[in-house]
Amino acid sequence: MKFLKTKLTIALLATGLCFSAVAADITVAYDSDPVTLDPHEQLSGGVIQMSHMLFDPLVRFDKQFNFEPRLAEKWERIDDTTFRFTLRKGVKFHSGNTMTADDVVWTFNRLKKSGDYKAIFSPYKELKKIDDYTVEIISSKPYPLVLQTATYIFPMDSKFYSGEIDGKDKSRIVKHGSSFASTHVSGTGPFIVTSREQGIKVVFERFDDYWDTASPGNVDKLTLVPIKENATRVAALLSGDVDLIHPVAPNDQKRVIKTKNINLTTVSGTRIITLQMNQNSNEALKDVRVRQAIVYAINNEAIVKKIMKGFGTAAGQQSPAGYAGHDESLVPRYDLKKARALMKEAGYEKGFKLTMMAPNNRYVNDAQIAQASASMLAKIGIKVDLKTMPKAQYWPEFDLCSADMMMIGWHADTEDSANFSEFLTMTRNKETGKGAYNCGHYANPKMDALVNKANAETDPSKRAEMLKEVERILYNDAAFVPLHWQDLAWGAKSNLQVAPIVNALNFPYFGDLVVK
Amino acid sequence: MFTFLVQRLFQALIVMFVISLVAFAIQDSLGDPLREMVGQSVSEEERQVLRDELGLNDPYMTKYGRFIGNALQGDLGTSYFLKRPAVDIILDKLQATLELVFGAALIIIAVSIPLGVYSAIHPKSVWTKVILAISSIGISVPVFLTAIILMYIFSIELNWLPSYGRGDTVIILGWESGFFTKDGLLHLILPCVSLASIMLPLFIRLVRSEMLEALSSEYVKFAIAKGLPMNKVYYKHALKNTMLPLLTVGGVQIGTMVAYTILTETVFQWPGTGFLFLEAINRVDTPLITAYVIFVGLIFVVTNTIVDLLYGVINPTVNITGKGA
Repeated sequence: MKFLKTKLTIALLATGLCFSAVAADITVAYDSDPVTLDPHEQLSGGVIQMSHMLFDPLVRFDKQFNFEPRLAEKWERIDDTTFRFTLRKGVKFHSGNTMTADDVVWTFNRLKKSGDYKAIFSPYKELKKIDDYTVEIISSKPYPLVLQTATYIFPMDSKFYSGEIDGKDKSRIVKHGSSFASTHVSGTGPFIVTSREQGIKVVFERFDDYWDTASPGNVDKLTLVPIKENATRVAALLSGDVDLIHPVAPNDQKRVIKTKNINLTTVSGTRIITLQMNQNSNEALKDVRVRQAIVYAINNEAIVKKIMKGFGTAAGQQSPAGYAGHDESLVPRYDLKKARALMKEAGYEKGFKLTMMAPNNRYVNDAQIAQASASMLAKIGIKVDLKTMPKAQYWPEFDLCSADMMMIGWHADTEDSANFSEFLTMTRNKETGKGAYNCGHYANPKMDALVNKANAETDPSKRAEMLKEVERILYNDAAFVPLHWQDLAWGAKSNLQVAPIVNALNFPYFGDLVVK
Repeated sequence: MFTFLVQRLFQALIVMFVISLVAFAIQDSLGDPLREMVGQSVSEEERQVLRDELGLNDPYMTKYGRFIGNALQGDLGTSYFLKRPAVDIILDKLQATLELVFGAALIIIAVSIPLGVYSAIHPKSVWTKVILAISSIGISVPVFLTAIILMYIFSIELNWLPSYGRGDTVIILGWESGFFTKDGLLHLILPCVSLASIMLPLFIRLVRSEMLEALSSEYVKFAIAKGLPMNKVYYKHALKNTMLPLLTVGGVQIGTMVAYTILTETVFQWPGTGFLFLEAINRVDTPLITAYVIFVGLIFVVTNTIVDLLYGVINPTVNITGKGA
């Protein structure tokens, strides 16, 4: 009898444990909710975060920027322009259809048509089906970033999205106005959407036939609510109304750390915040010594410490650690004496005036950072006329490069060093689209050539060396003022194991989230 | 009466026309809606194509003509972001806002009348000083701060009340309401109190001064001299006469309150029109911004007209037709 009792207890305990390990129902608060359910409508953090819940990419980044197989089990480079992926078998879409090479080809062709994604996929000629579970991606020229771009291929259910509804093609991509794909979804991901009220909440429930049975994730139901206001989001976490929040503003982090049963998880991010120095609008900025003086005068380590409350990494270059072009020797270089000496050498001992513009609601503490930089420049005699404004007004000004110094943050869509240069520092060229965000008007043919060469180099180590050289050139030329890489932070109840699923890309893999 | 109505209607139309002109004119200075619609790496050419598609490159008068033409048919444009007609969205979100305003109005009525009357009857009492002091503080603290302090005390520290959103709602006669569920009511408390805090001091002082005026009037003095019980004098005769100005001010302030909800709704993530508007500004969702401005203008015009009419009904000495009595 006693024996039976023990057995019963064990059994009960076991079921009890199983129960708590199986059914987790959590509420997550973000600062916004996804604009659409169509993964190809907009290339933005929110949409990709959603894609990782409803779809799976061919491959994905792990925390160290290595590639993890997802819907592609294996991959190999066949030659300089051909790359082969072997697809996973037995993967089911939410609709019940089985994923095959046809779906991958269909998805690739749709990406080529998407306004936001076509630039990323422009190096490719086509994606060819070899057999039902093998595809080859073919680039027009040798291209090194195939795996990086494959993280954006989230195979969609071609049968589900084909055909017509109300006389319109189900697969069309609509930016403004509703479409079938923006409100209906069938992916291979760990979750399905069971209800969605835009701006109020999205309810995700675990997909029963999810292929990744090895995933430790045990979240059955995840409710995503947008809470715009930083203070309210933190309050919702501290009061227990929600289980996980992101982002956590620098000012609130101490509070979150101190609270019992609530943890803060931070990851250093990859978005670089910079100030560009416009050589076209201000004569003085043409002089490399003046630009160097400005870089030497801005104490970006102090900005990170005081304004960002340590919530960032002070930068000396564009590429964060972990990127191919990151050169460890390029560190922040605050030195007021040297800055003054350089100003004197350039003939600007008495200083000069310049204008500066920054947004006030785009990056973390953006306006304060600009104010601090302006007052630091005053120490070497540069009088800054600073204007800060909401991002909605800032971007049109940025398009015109309206000020002598402008703030811009950049996250490389390809998670690769070359992307920074292509948009921020290469010579502006309308035809190739290079340097589209180069308001510094920095132009260096040698560096341009080096970036182009790197983008055709398929040997990773040779390529990394080229990209490091690019960073060194930019450093010595003081092409821009590197400020910092913003950190990312998540606040969560301590029973959520957040650290393993978050990464510098800010695409948490909620499918793998373990709740104890 | 009829001439008055026609006159007011005509005036209202002119006001609405001016509002539409202003609401439309500000569109161009709000920023570039394309930025919020496309990714960072989309080329300028692609953006131009989209601008053409949206008709953003047309001359001002063409755009305005198109807008008025559609507006007269009840179509104020489609939100770029929410992808539904702006009017539908506003009507949807209005339910949440009206509930918030209604809750706040209840609190204002329930609190301002007793406190105002008390401070008028006992002008020298310590409590009167406390009430007046608190109400001056109340009027000078921004609603944003009040809301965050309330949230800090009641959600984080005491854990009594939820910190954001509307909670559970039920649909009654096509109206999505939080007044009929416990969860919904709990969610209403903090936002309603915050919103009420802006108007409460004004109303306490209004009731008090009107009551003081009534108390010093001849008929009250007469009633006291006649030996009527004091309670009857206060609550039957004096209070009744303070209600008139309260109604007129109250009517106008309800319109203001709908506009004030912007801050309260933002802090509490309340899914109403005010929050919608702020989001629309952040995302440069111009059709929605224009629709909201026109809509709020309409609320003001309508409430003012109704108050004018009621005033005439309640106080027969006011001659609203403008002709000699």
